This record gives sequence, C-alpha cells and structure tokens, in this order.
Amino acid sequence: MTMNLRPFLLFTTLLPALVFAQERYATRTGEISFFSKTSMENIEAVNHKATSVFDATTGAMEFAVLIKGFEFEKALMQEHFNENYMESGTFPKSTFKGKVEGVTAEQLKVPGKYEVNVSGDLTIHGVAKPATAKGTMVVDATGGVQASSDFMVKLADHGIKVPGGVNVAEEIQISVRIDYRKM
Amino acid sequence: MRSSFLFLPVLLAVPALAQDDLLGLLGEDSAATEYTIASFKTTRVINSHSLENVAHGVLDFKIGHRFGMLNSGAGELFGLDQATIRLGLDYGISEKLMIGFGRSSFQKTIDGFAKYKLLRQCDQGCNMPITLGVVAGMSVTTLDASKVPWFGEGRTDYFTHRLSYNFQVIVGRKFSESLTFQLMPGVIHRNLTASAKDPNDLMNIGAAGRFKLTKRVALNSEYFYVLPNQGDRSAFQNSLSMGFDIETGGHVFQLHFTNSTGMFERAVIAETGGDFFNGDIHYGFNISRVFTLHDPKKKAREKLKAAQTGG
Repeated sequence: MTMNLRPFLLFTTLLPALVFAQERYATRTGEISFFSKTSMENIEAVNHKATSVFDATTGAMEFAVLIKGFEFEKALMQEHFNENYMESGTFPKSTFKGKVEGVTAEQLKVPGKYEVNVSGDLTIHGVAKPATAKGTMVVDATGGVQASSDFMVKLADHGIKVPGGVNVAEEIQISVRIDYRKM
Repeated sequence: MRSSFLFLPVLLAVPALAQDDLLGLLGEDSAATEYTIASFKTTRVINSHSLENVAHGVLDFKIGHRFGMLNSGAGELFGLDQATIRLGLDYGISEKLMIGFGRSSFQKTIDGFAKYKLLRQCDQGCNMPITLGVVAGMSVTTLDASKVPWFGEGRTDYFTHRLSYNFQVIVGRKFSESLTFQLMPGVIHRNLTASAKDPNDLMNIGAAGRFKLTKRVALNSEYFYVLPNQGDRSAFQNSLSMGFDIETGGHVFQLHFTNSTGMFERAVIAETGGDFFNGDIHYGFNISRVFTLHDPKKKAREKLKAAQTGG
C-alpha cells in the first residue's frame, strides 16, 4: 500500500509545476484605438478594455475587444459605428488569435526592448482574415511587458461596407498598446 | 501502480488546455453594463417622443414641416401649397435627461419639454428588459386673443388661459435589431377648454413602433388613442402617422403621412381634426441635424492619455 502511494504523491507535486511552468502574461485593460483619415474628416476611437493573454513559452497570443466599448468624440459617430458599420448587435466582439515571433520567454525575464512579428487570424465584423504586424515589447524593471503595434486593416477585407460620400477611410490604422502583467 | 496510471490522462489534458483557449484563462468578461442603443433613429417617432434621448452634450436642430391635406384638390396642388412648420432645439444635459423647445406656426405656439429616462434597457451587465422615460411639456399660444380657438366670446385673455401641459410615460423595448415597440400612456392638461363640458384633463394612450428595413432606412408608425367619455370629441380624430426614417451621416430625414397638423403633444393628441381614412392626410417631413457642443468623455480620455505617456 505504501509503495502504491509514492507515484500518486509524485504526480500531485508535479501537476501544479507543469501548469505554472508556462510564462503567461495577461491584461484586461488593453488599449486598442483606430484612426480613419480622409480629406474631409478624421475619425478616431479608443477602447481601454481589451483583454489579451500572451504565452511567452509557446508564443501564442490572443486578443478580444467589445465593439461597443469604443469611445468616439461624437456620440452619433459611435452609434453609426455600432449600427451601420460594425453591426455590434450581431458581432459584439473582434478577436485575434496568433503567434509572436522574435522573443523568447527567457528574454522577457530581462529588461530590454524587443522587436517582434505577430501573425495570426484577425476577426472583425465576423470575418476572419490572416493578418501580420510588426510590434515591440519592452520589459520593465518590475517584469511587466509593454507591447505595442500599429497596423492597417482594409474594411472591405472584413465585409464592412462604406457607402460613397461618407467620410470614412477604406483603410483604417489600428494601434494596440498593452501593459502585460504576469499571470 | 494503479494510481499513477489513473493520473496519466490528467497530465495529458493539461498541455492541451493551455494551448486552446488562452483568453478563457482570464475567466468571464467583467460585466460592464452595456445599454441598448439606437432603439429609434432619433428622439421622435414621427410626432411623438421615442425611447431615445439626444446624447449628453449634443444639440439637435429639428425642422418639422407638414403640407396641407392630400384631398384638398388640384387647386391646392394636393396640399403642397400650404405649410405648417415647427422649428426646435433639443439638448442632452446628461445621458438620461434632455430638454427642448420649439416654435410652431400651428396656433403660433411655443412649447418646451424635459424628458428623463428612469430605466434603460441593457444588453449586458444588468437585467433590465425595457426602457422607461417620462416626458413633461408645456405649451403657450401667442395668437391674438380673438383667434385662440378656445377663448370664444367674452372670455378674459389671462396668460394662464393660453397654457397647456403634457405628461407622458414612454415604456418600450428594442426587441431585435430591426423591431422596436413602445407604449405611451399620458394626460394632456388644458388650463382652459372651449366648453365647460370639455374636461381640462384628457387621458390618452399612444403606441408606436419601428421596423428597420435596411441599416439606414426604417419604417415608423404611431397612433394616439384618446380615452372615451371625455367631453364632446366629435370634431376630433385620433392621430395616426406612418412614414420612413432615412439616415445620412449627421442628418435624419423623416418622411411621413399623418392626419395631425400640429407638431407638439396637445395639437397632435387633442386637436387632430383630419380623418386619415377620408383622405385628410398631410404629407410631411422632419429633419434632424445634430451638433456636438460638449464632449463629456474628453477630459477622462485626456487624463488617461496623459497618465499613459507619463508612465
């Protein structure tokens, strides 16, 4: 009986170690903003409630953001954004699921600045498209990771129709600023 | 040996879990309250108030226009020769409170109102299935005393005799992206009525709905029913209106047919003379143009930006 207990004890001590061996970072207050520039009008909006998890061991990265959480300067723009373009009642979230290359879990333990490449599937307006972007990760003294990236998204790629005569650019600049903390 | 064998599947499951759904590790989304938006395209269904308020800090310039009646014949170009207008300004003091005033050519009336949302339907973060608002309004006619319809012979032209009030509860729900329905029980109070037999208070109930045809075009309809046994109402009809909302950028155009001539509550609910089914129909339109005067979230955004660049 005592012989049989030994592997049991071994596994119970190993189990948590296996789970926490992964170097995971997360946030619930990520900032995602976008900028549309036309000769007539500039439109910008920001969301401070993006959630993201980054697994430094595997390089896997995920994002999710609620469309209704984007704040505009003008209330009417916000309503049109939700009602006419993003149809947030039907597609409440935009998500990203992909991989980060150019940095290792070991490197992220040391303060410094790292240039990374991110690639994966970007789902906006219910339409998933492969996307790639360059970004930077800055590790601070407290072990937090500030990740940022700017990239362009074509509205037509995600089935978002903009009628003629409307001051919305065909291509939108998206900026991501994340203050990752260890999970 | 037996127990180690049992744990094998558990161990295998751990790495699989780790890769599949990273965001799942964060648990449920924080339940931030998301209020339902855009139950109607604008703050009026046609003549009546809708469930919507203008947003905080937004000024809405409203032009209401009703032509004459369709059955007035070719000589009047089927009503297009005549016009009744109301010019108005609405402003959102907060997300829940809006005020507004207007001036109508109908009985040369100035009207003002306040509308407050007591309950707000939300999509997430609370269990409120309806929106409930209250409207309190007042109107005063600036017509020459001899022309005020209810003054008649030998009545003294007190200022208070020119006043009337409107109190309404608006309760409704956006059932789906395309369908919204609301009920509007209310009372019109007139300080003076044409005859002693006519009660000062007129109980009424309205119903209104909209059906979105496309993202930018909606079909609206509204009806006001004046409860029976409230004086002699043989000269009046219940108000019925139907039409389209067409939204283009900062404007909402409402094109409609209605048997009401006036565009404030007493005129619509209590003094609609036309019989819709006899062709006493006005073609009309409302134009709404919004201006953002004040951005309530600007300070919060700048503060956050400063904190981020500073840190």
